[in-house]
Amino acid sequence: MQQQINREPALASKPRNRLANSQHLAPYLFVLPFIISFLLFFAYPLINAIIMSFQSVLPGEVTFVGLDNYRELWNTDFADALYNSSRYTLFTLLLLIPIPLLLAVMLNSKKMPFSNFFRSTLFIPALTSVVVAGVVFRMIFGELDGALMNSFLHLFGISSQRWLYSSELSMFALLVLASWRWIGINILYFLSALQNIPSDLYEAADIDGAGTTTKFMRITVPLLKPITVYVLTISIYGGYAMFTESYMLWAGKPSPQNIGLTIVGYIYQQGFQYFNLGFGSAIGVTLLGITLAVSMLQLILTGMFNKEE
Amino acid sequence: MKKQGIVTLAAMMALSMGLSGCGGDGNNTKNATGNAAAKTDNAQAESTTGAGGSGKAEKLVFWTFVDAHQKFMESMADSWNQSHPDKQIELEGTTIPYDDMHTKLLIALQSGVGAPDLVDIEQSKFPNFMKGTPQLVSLNDILEPELGNIVKSRVEIYSKDSTYYGIDYHVGATVMYYNKELLDQAGLNADDIKTWADFETAGKTMLEKTGKPMITFEGNGNWSWWPAISQQGSDQVDKDGNVTVDTPVNVQTMQFFQKLVKEGVAAVAPGAGHDTEEYFGYMDSESAASVFMPFWFMGRFTDHMPDLKGKMIIRPMPAWTEGGNRSAGMGGTATSITNQAKNPELLKEFLSYAKLSKEGNIQIWKQLGFDPIRTDVWNDPAMKESNKYTDYFGTDIFDTLLSVKDEIAPVNIREISPKVFDAIRNEAIPMIFIDMADPAVALKKVQDSLK
Repeated sequence: MQQQINREPALASKPRNRLANSQHLAPYLFVLPFIISFLLFFAYPLINAIIMSFQSVLPGEVTFVGLDNYRELWNTDFADALYNSSRYTLFTLLLLIPIPLLLAVMLNSKKMPFSNFFRSTLFIPALTSVVVAGVVFRMIFGELDGALMNSFLHLFGISSQRWLYSSELSMFALLVLASWRWIGINILYFLSALQNIPSDLYEAADIDGAGTTTKFMRITVPLLKPITVYVLTISIYGGYAMFTESYMLWAGKPSPQNIGLTIVGYIYQQGFQYFNLGFGSAIGVTLLGITLAVSMLQLILTGMFNKEE
Repeated sequence: MKKQGIVTLAAMMALSMGLSGCGGDGNNTKNATGNAAAKTDNAQAESTTGAGGSGKAEKLVFWTFVDAHQKFMESMADSWNQSHPDKQIELEGTTIPYDDMHTKLLIALQSGVGAPDLVDIEQSKFPNFMKGTPQLVSLNDILEPELGNIVKSRVEIYSKDSTYYGIDYHVGATVMYYNKELLDQAGLNADDIKTWADFETAGKTMLEKTGKPMITFEGNGNWSWWPAISQQGSDQVDKDGNVTVDTPVNVQTMQFFQKLVKEGVAAVAPGAGHDTEEYFGYMDSESAASVFMPFWFMGRFTDHMPDLKGKMIIRPMPAWTEGGNRSAGMGGTATSITNQAKNPELLKEFLSYAKLSKEGNIQIWKQLGFDPIRTDVWNDPAMKESNKYTDYFGTDIFDTLLSVKDEIAPVNIREISPKVFDAIRNEAIPMIFIDMADPAVALKKVQDSLK
C-alpha cells in the first residue's frame, strides 16, 4: 500500500506510462484474450457461415444463389432431423433435470452412506470419451441374442429386439446413453447449488414442524431455481447439438430410415459427406435460430429477464 | 557462468544428436535410405551438423485412411529410392480415420492450403472431389500408355470429362466365398453351381440337410444388390448420372433375393452388414455356407475369422443367365495428386511406379491381398507364392480371378452417387430385408425421392 501511494506522483510526471497503467485500460487488457478468441473462433466463422448460407460453394466456383439453400430446407430429411432433435431434447429435459436433482439431494444428505463414493462413480461417465461410450453402447444394444440388452429382455421372457432399427427403440438407446453420460454432470451443478443453501433455513423449518417433502418443495426447489434454469438452458442447447452419440451408435454410417438423424448430423451429412457447404451453412444458421428461439422462450417463461423487478 | 552455458549447450547438442541417431537406427529397418532420421530431427540435424540435407530428398506428404496402404506406400518409396538414387523422395505417410480424412481433405482443397501431395480417396467419396473445378492433378500422361494393361474401368471411375484423377489399388472383383465343409455336409459341389437358379436349388438342399442358410445378404449395405445388378449390366446410376434404381432388372434382382430370404435359403447378415464384428462372429461359427463379396473381403476372413482357415474356397459368382457375367468390380480407393503438390512431375513418376508398374502391382497382392488392376500380373508366378491368403484359401485364388477377367462390368460413379448410395443403404435395403416391404415399392420410393 505504502509503495503504491508513493508511486502515484512519480507516474503523474510520466504521461506516457499513465495510459498503460490506467485503471480503464486494465480490464480490457484482461478480457482481450477472450475477445480475440471470440472474434477469431466464433464471430468470424459465424459471419462466414451466414454468408456461405447464401452461396453455392464449390472448389474454384463460389456463386451467390440467394435464398436457394433455405428453400431446399423444405424436405423430409430436414423434417426428420428436426423431429428427432426436438424429441431427443424434450426427453433429455424430462430425464436430466428431475433425476439429477433428486440424486443430488440424496447425495447431499448427511444420512447418505458412501456419498463420496457415489459422487465419483456417478461422475465418471462424464469423463469417458463419447466415441468409446458409443461403441460400447452399440454392443449393448446389438441385435444378437448375446447382446446385453437382449439378454436382459430374455430374463423377462421377451424376445430379442433390433434396437437400432426402430425409431422408438433407438431413441430409447440414445436416451439411456444420454442419461448415463450427463446425469453425473448435472448432479455436480445441483450439488454445488445445494451447498449454498444456508442450513438455518432448514433448521427454522424443522422448528415450524415442516416434513421432508415440504422442506424439499418449499426450500430446496425454489432456491435451486437459478441453477435449474442454467441446467435447462445448457440441456436445450446440448439436446439440439447432439451428434456424436447418434453418429457412434450407428458406427458412422447413416441410420436406417433416418431414425438417428439429428440436425447437426444433417449438417455433417450435407456439408461434408455430400460436400454441399452452402446448404450445410444454411442448416447451421437455421439451427442457431431454433435454439435461440427455444432458449429465449424458456428464459422468458422462467422469468429470467425480470429479475431486477 | 559463461563456461557453464557452453557446457550445457554442448550437452544439449550431444543429446539431440544422440536422439536423432537413435531415431535413425530405429527407422532404418523400414526406410533403407535412412531419410527418416532427418524427418524427425531435420532442423536440429541441419543446424548442428551442417550436413543434414545431403540426399536432397523431395519431401512428399501422403494421407490415407488405411494403415496397410501407408505401409505399402512407404515400402514402395524405399524401393523407389534404391532404384532412383538421383530422385530421392522422403514419403511422410499419415493414417487418418476415414471420415476425418475425407473431410479434412475437402476443406484443405476448398481453402487452398494444407492439403497433402498424395492422397487416398475412397470411391464413394470421390464424386465430392469432382464437383466444381477438380483440385486434383490430371494423370493422363502416366495412365494413357498403360490403359491396355489395366482394367480400364478402375481408372474411369475416377475421371471427369476424360481426364483421369486417380488410380485404384485393386479391381475389387466380387467372388463367392464358399464354406467347403458345409457344402460337403450337404453333398454339394461349388463347381456345379453355375447360375443363380442352380444356387437356389443348392440352397434348398443346404437348408434341408444342415438347417443352415446358404448365403447372407447385407441388411443396410450395398454389397449384395449392387454387384448382382452390375453382373447384369445394370447400375444405380447410368452413364449420364441419371438415377436408375427402379429399373425392371434392379427390381427383379431384389425380388429374387428377398424371395431367398423368405424361403430361409438366405439370411440377413447380423449387424446388418458384412463388414461388422457381429457378422464376423456369425460366419466364423459356420452359421451360413457362403457369401459373395469383393476380393478385398479376403482380408476380413484371414484377420477376423480365423476358425474358417482351410475351409473356405473362392469361386466365381453364379451367373444370371447361362454364359452371363460371373463377377463385378466393387469398392475401391484411388490415389490422387492434389494441385497443392510442390513437385507434381516427380509425384506422377512415383505414383506410376507404385501403382501402375508390374513390381508395384505384385506388391499390392503380396502386401495388401488385393487383386491388382494390371491383369497381366494375374498369371505371374509371384501370385502363387504362399502367403497368408493362399494358406487360408488355397493357391487357386488367381485361377478363379483369371476365369472371370473379362466378366467385370464397369460401374458408374457420378456426382449424385453418394446420395444414391445412402438412400439405398438406409431406406430401400432395410425396408426390403428387415421390414420385408415389396422391392418394387421401396425402390420406386427411393427413385422418386432422388429426383
